[in-house]
Amino acid sequence: MLKTIGVDSQEDLFASLPAGVRRAPELPEGLSEQELVEYFTTIARENRDLTQLDGFLGAGAYRRFIPAAVTQVISRPEFFTAYTPYQAEASQGWLQSIFEFQSMIAELTAMDVANASMYEAATATAEAAVMAVVHTERHRIVVAGTIHPEYLAVLRTYGAGRDFEVVELVADSGRIDPERAAAALDGAAALIIQQPNFYGALEDAAALCQAAHTAGALAVAACDPIALALIEAPGEFGADIAVGECQQLGIPLWYGGPYCGYLAASTELLRKIPGRLVGETVDERGQRGFVLTLQAREQHIRRESATSNICTNQALIALGATAYMGVMGAAGLARVAEISVQRAHHLAGELAGVRGYSIGFDAPFLWEFVLRCPGPASETLAKLRDRDILGGLDLAASGLPDCVLVAVTEMNSPRSLAKYVEALS
Amino acid sequence: MDLSTYRFSQTHEWVADEGGTARVGISDYAQSQLGDVIYVELPKVGTEVTAGGKFGVVESVKAASDLYSPVGGKVVETNPALSDHPELLNSDPYGEGWMLRLEPAGAAPDTLVDEAGYATFTEGL
Repeated sequence: MLKTIGVDSQEDLFASLPAGVRRAPELPEGLSEQELVEYFTTIARENRDLTQLDGFLGAGAYRRFIPAAVTQVISRPEFFTAYTPYQAEASQGWLQSIFEFQSMIAELTAMDVANASMYEAATATAEAAVMAVVHTERHRIVVAGTIHPEYLAVLRTYGAGRDFEVVELVADSGRIDPERAAAALDGAAALIIQQPNFYGALEDAAALCQAAHTAGALAVAACDPIALALIEAPGEFGADIAVGECQQLGIPLWYGGPYCGYLAASTELLRKIPGRLVGETVDERGQRGFVLTLQAREQHIRRESATSNICTNQALIALGATAYMGVMGAAGLARVAEISVQRAHHLAGELAGVRGYSIGFDAPFLWEFVLRCPGPASETLAKLRDRDILGGLDLAASGLPDCVLVAVTEMNSPRSLAKYVEALS
Repeated sequence: MDLSTYRFSQTHEWVADEGGTARVGISDYAQSQLGDVIYVELPKVGTEVTAGGKFGVVESVKAASDLYSPVGGKVVETNPALSDHPELLNSDPYGEGWMLRLEPAGAAPDTLVDEAGYATFTEGL
């Protein structure tokens, strides 16, 4: 074999590797299973997680209470271990669960149709931009500077690959001024906003969508799904495409993923929607069944003419979100939102009373707000960390080194709120 | 149906001269190959098309096929019935299933053939 490929010895195959790594390193004796478990347990004990710390960190992923029913449903082996079904129609239960997910997302967002899910919010936002470029045949996307910086970064990556320009709108005290937006929208394919925005503030979404439409652009809104239980839905305030992150719907924080994005749009844009769509129909015997529908949109049929090359979804995570929405219902989601709003406003009020601290922006917010500190945010966060509190996100990377982004959910007890205030007083 | 004024391209579209405008659609052979048409994506009015250039997409249940204009020109009308009734392409490809009206520009390519020529061409496929 070596002779056939023209090589003298096996060693020669590794000639491109540096000499120091060509030989296997000296490995110590293997540990027994018991020693191995003890070794890793000792290291793991150094971890501090949210069962030991009071977490006020949000910025796109939030700690929420997960009912046991959700965990039960997604732990079932037929869901947990399943890979993407290649003969989808043979998995009717799976298809039905995705149909339910789509229906719930469409209802929550007040949009006409939702797809079977995206990977997470950042790519969902970028895919919405691509939809707008394809639909309007314009190559400029105007994006609010108040969206999550990671969504913006991913959007720029897609822009480079799919040949569209990304123009960022500067915020005025934590929100986008609709007049400033209108001035920048000439020739744009879409305006992308986030609601509530990255700083927790509520944008004037209806006015911003209107500005987009006046310029002949689509309006894309990245919306917090729990927030939608309380505030006006994207379909109501004029969005053509709604995207977002389903993590808050019964998905643990884990280490930043896997999460699940959603994408919903108007019927007019149906044929441009990326990803899978599950449809309800009847078979030849008149029995209800579910199918993957409108597949001629997708890249395995349309190839380079398809809007996107996404050909899968986050089925297990979407199932978890579906179970959460099913268990909680609209009333449950609203209650979770209300409690979060109340506690966040209580904390914000108390912190505003602590000497040296103030609320960063004078904007309406739900459960996330900017806390302006007397010195660098890192110092405030260190003080809180000493009291086992994860105080929030240091906004230095967003150009606000004296600010912390604080998130409060139903998981932050009144006692932990008092502890936060105490630590800084 | 009298197809004597129709000319066909090798990509199975036809063009019919209406004196000043040209009407464009797909052939009966094309619709039978495609199967049930479920959607037609047509260009916006005002779009410039070139002879042999792509102007849209026709979707059947399992495939999406590009549509090529037999002649160059500007789109002045698209068939409004097709958005709700794409199946017209199957039932009446030369009549009610028309897709575009163009204001032709430039000479028609000499590769376009008449009904008999097209029949010979499709027999050979």
